[in-house]
Amino acid sequence: MTTVACRSITVSLDGVEVLRGVDLDVPSGGWVTVVGPNGAGKSTLLRAVAGSLTPGGEVLLDSRPVRSLSRRETARLVALVPQEPVIPPGMRVLDYVLLGRTAHLGFFEAEGMGDVEMAVSALHDLDAGHLAGRTVDTLSGGERQRVVIARALAQESPVLLLDEPTTALDIGHQQEVLDLVDGLRSERNLTVLATMHDLTLAGQYADRLVMLDGGLVAASGPAAEVLTGEAVSRHYGVRVRVIDDEVGPIVVPVRRAP
Amino acid sequence: MSPTEAGPAGLRGWWLASGGLAVLAAGIAGLALGPADLGFGEVLLELVDRLPLIEADSGLGERQQAIIWEIRLPRVVLGLLVGAMLATAGGAYQGVFRNPLADPYLLGVAAGAGFGATMAIVSGAGDGIGILDPVPLSAFAGALAAVTLTYLVGATGGRLDPVTSLVLSGVAVASFFTAVQTFVQQRESETIRQVYFFVLGQLRTAGWNDVALLAPYTGVCLIVILMVRRRLDALGVGDEEAGALGLDVRRMRLITVVAASLGTAAAVSVSGLIGFVGIIVPHTVRLLFGTSYRVILPLTVLFGGAFLVLADIVARLAVEPAEIPIGVVTAFLGAPFFVLVLRTARRAR
Repeated sequence: MTTVACRSITVSLDGVEVLRGVDLDVPSGGWVTVVGPNGAGKSTLLRAVAGSLTPGGEVLLDSRPVRSLSRRETARLVALVPQEPVIPPGMRVLDYVLLGRTAHLGFFEAEGMGDVEMAVSALHDLDAGHLAGRTVDTLSGGERQRVVIARALAQESPVLLLDEPTTALDIGHQQEVLDLVDGLRSERNLTVLATMHDLTLAGQYADRLVMLDGGLVAASGPAAEVLTGEAVSRHYGVRVRVIDDEVGPIVVPVRRAP
Repeated sequence: MSPTEAGPAGLRGWWLASGGLAVLAAGIAGLALGPADLGFGEVLLELVDRLPLIEADSGLGERQQAIIWEIRLPRVVLGLLVGAMLATAGGAYQGVFRNPLADPYLLGVAAGAGFGATMAIVSGAGDGIGILDPVPLSAFAGALAAVTLTYLVGATGGRLDPVTSLVLSGVAVASFFTAVQTFVQQRESETIRQVYFFVLGQLRTAGWNDVALLAPYTGVCLIVILMVRRRLDALGVGDEEAGALGLDVRRMRLITVVAASLGTAAAVSVSGLIGFVGIIVPHTVRLLFGTSYRVILPLTVLFGGAFLVLADIVARLAVEPAEIPIGVVTAFLGAPFFVLVLRTARRAR
């Protein structure tokens, strides 16, 4: 039963208030996606949940405040898939995925056979088993994203944080990655907190959307309630048409008539 | 060429064996070659004779045996310890600072040691012998003082990220100590030659005392660095991601820097400021055997030791009976060799 709860989260970076009191809940096994314009504070919110920065307010994982947990304890509860992961030059895929086992090893301990099996099975779960011997810096965007998610799976944390997991991918690979994550969510009973730019896709995969604007929650709820033409226009400053479809709201930008 | 297709990055037996062989070959050459030519076969037999349960007659006289055991072997062992320590410390610094140009002197160890040694030499204390010799003690103290100062200054880096802040404060501290050292050295012209020799480095022939002084430091520091080598791979993804993976980055960096700096301080206090070993050896190993620190660091221990023993042979014999400072040899031979490895490794990719 792992839930993520944010209570009045505030974060200032270089004197600028990036988050100004954000409340957010992700129930166990749920998928919440945070949307909002650039600079709304989406990534900062994920970094706060991952324990990478210490916010004002309280982040609770499993009802335990993150600030009271060590890095290792936090990493056993949440795994982060960063927006732009740092790829060490020359590192092979299997070794990269094995980095996910760091939180399960003592400070001076090396990984054992069990850890290697865990990494290999994570790769297989993401249809990336055949990549194990390649070096990460030679992979395509789609392959690399699957490998980074495999590293997060190998971490065996019940909460998965995805920071714009589809931004660098074409629509085919976007769908593939999100389908894989959704499958893993039910298989492994993961709780997912993501940020995304593509509103239509965001609405199709998440149980609930949270729209951030200027460091505040502007709207939250099911996609059909959050993705209204009026709300999207206001917070993104864009002319859109929202089409109600059986798969969910479809958000289409509309060019001003020339 | 990528190592071990199926399993995780790790040492292959024959890699370790080749490192061990390099150490053995360099060691035997170091014992056999010198003003008194002892012959490789005789030296080998003499070594075998000392093994338990085995008797072998090397045919060497008492005086020749004394040359091996009391003069050349301590110097070979000293070379192995210093070479292993400087090379491994360089490799560890490169990992922990994610900077290929990092060497063991990055945080001011060399400047501090040079300052400490100079102070001891100009104050006339440089004529002691062995375990009570104040020059290495003073160099050791200077090295530790410089590195501690760097860490204290770097920890208050304000808006800079911790790595940049530490490296820049190392630059400042090193410049400062070098300035003071140069000033003192210039004013005391009669000892300038002695200081000069320390700065360029030299393995001394001082029996087993230096080895006994150095071995505990190198032993502990090398073991600590080898034990964190997996964590150095994790640090490759950057501080923030490594933290999200569960690594306590500050603690990790502190442990590695303390071990590498302490070991380097001990090594340079007896050997002087031998340059280039900490850059060339780990990078050569990286180019030949792969980029994982799990592979690089253990092999760097072996090849670093072997490299310095070979350099010392050249230093002793090239312009006999004079000795070239070993730091000159490591750079003079190391640089072209490194260029060669750099070019061939790139072509093989």
